[in-house]
Amino acid sequence: MNAIFELFQYKFFLNAMGAALLASISCGIIGSYIVARRIVFISGGITHASFGGIGIAWFLGLNPILGAAVFGVFSALGIEWISKKTEVREDSVIGILWAFGMAVGIIFIYLTPGYAPNLMSFLFGNILTVGSLDLYLLTGLCAIIILVFSLLMRLILFVAFDEEYAKTQKVPMQFLNYFMISLVALTIVLNIRMVGIILVISFLTIPQTIANMFTQDFKKMIFGAIGFGFLGSFMGLLISYRINAPSGATIIFSFVILFVLAKIIQMSILAVKRSTRI
Amino acid sequence: MNTLLELKSVNYAYDHKIVLRDVNLKIRENDFLGIIGPNGGGKTTLLKIVVGLLKPMSGEIIARDGDNSRIGYLPQINQIDKKFPISVLDVVLSGLMSHKKLFGRYTLQNREKAEALMSRIGIEHLKNKNIGELSGGQLQRVFLCRAIVTDPHLLILDEPDTYVDQNFEGELYEILDQLNKQMAIIIVSHDVGTIFSHVKTIACVNKTLCYHDSNIISSEQLKAYNCPIDLITHGEVPHRVLKHHH
Repeated sequence: MNAIFELFQYKFFLNAMGAALLASISCGIIGSYIVARRIVFISGGITHASFGGIGIAWFLGLNPILGAAVFGVFSALGIEWISKKTEVREDSVIGILWAFGMAVGIIFIYLTPGYAPNLMSFLFGNILTVGSLDLYLLTGLCAIIILVFSLLMRLILFVAFDEEYAKTQKVPMQFLNYFMISLVALTIVLNIRMVGIILVISFLTIPQTIANMFTQDFKKMIFGAIGFGFLGSFMGLLISYRINAPSGATIIFSFVILFVLAKIIQMSILAVKRSTRI
Repeated sequence: MNTLLELKSVNYAYDHKIVLRDVNLKIRENDFLGIIGPNGGGKTTLLKIVVGLLKPMSGEIIARDGDNSRIGYLPQINQIDKKFPISVLDVVLSGLMSHKKLFGRYTLQNREKAEALMSRIGIEHLKNKNIGELSGGQLQRVFLCRAIVTDPHLLILDEPDTYVDQNFEGELYEILDQLNKQMAIIIVSHDVGTIFSHVKTIACVNKTLCYHDSNIISSEQLKAYNCPIDLITHGEVPHRVLKHHH
């Protein structure tokens, strides 16, 4: 136990805890939206496409997160636009974009002369390298998301639930969809540093799925997802420190442990309910 | 009588396949129009044009209220994600989403109105349930509430009697008869026998639209309209309807 308290004396660990909290908030809210609207696959596509941006930014000597943000937002807008065209098979297009983004990223990173960056940290994340700039960006993102959801949550929910009906009601659903998918892209990109490209999608879906086991209410689902997200990342950080493995992988591993525990608790609650009824 | 909505020589095509050709239709106040026709005949397309979801290739839509904001719409419920985390009350309130300020909250009046309507339709006890817990009939009632919570001048229902029990069907038509005193209604249904005994006028849609200014229609007329409705010639109930024909 003392070993855990000692960890809090280190700046890198405090930074990591801060990042974990901010990631839990941003992914908790945006992930609930992704799960409710069933755009998990789209989000996976955006995540991998943004790797192209990382590669190009690296080649041009820019901040890779900035490159990923630009690339991610544009692919998100493109996917949202394509999904409106009925004659296109949306999922195939996402699959192409998914692989293309990765390919572009890898090509540009290898074209860059000199020291090749540690690809592993982009793919699997390393929360322990999170710096002040990342924390500022994540804080800004969380502020925007909280503001948007406290003002517009119902409208966002209604449009996600029944787009066609929203259209008959003359609400600016098209604009809202483009705005929301951009927010999804930014959330993904800013969390890549923590859990990495390959694993960020689980931060956006596993805590939400756990919360969804216990509530059907969207608001409670958001708070539950934030809670489970933070708990899982804390566990993951400890394991990561302990066994010296990438934090992204240990965090996701903790999520799955929580998921299994939650499933057992949910099933025993159901069993108790059933036996008391008899 | 006051015309609420008029369609003038409306054409519509998906890709290059013509779905609706030269459709003319006038909806007056307190109309109760039943739309029948074969699957793929363009019934749902016609409704989507009326509510503004689809733009016709050519032709005109003239609405008395300037736009289609006073139209209540009940879509086919098989399009709905029943696992979506949303409560019954929220679904009903979502009917009012364009009637409040963009950043505004729902007022107490909004809630009271939604709840009063839900008790009138008999789903008040379900208000905090998630939509995934409801039966087909209950779900239809919820969507009916959403469609009429704005006090529309025109209510449009796309096959509200699919996936529901017989019991609900009778109740639904009772509710619709009541609502018809305040608003015009357009209903698309497969259950030709039942709609004939409630609607005032009938339109048969099969690429073209044939309007019939009464609720009695003969199989000969249907044939002449090129409207192959099986139920008319086979079912028990429709036969009784045909007998009244003179």
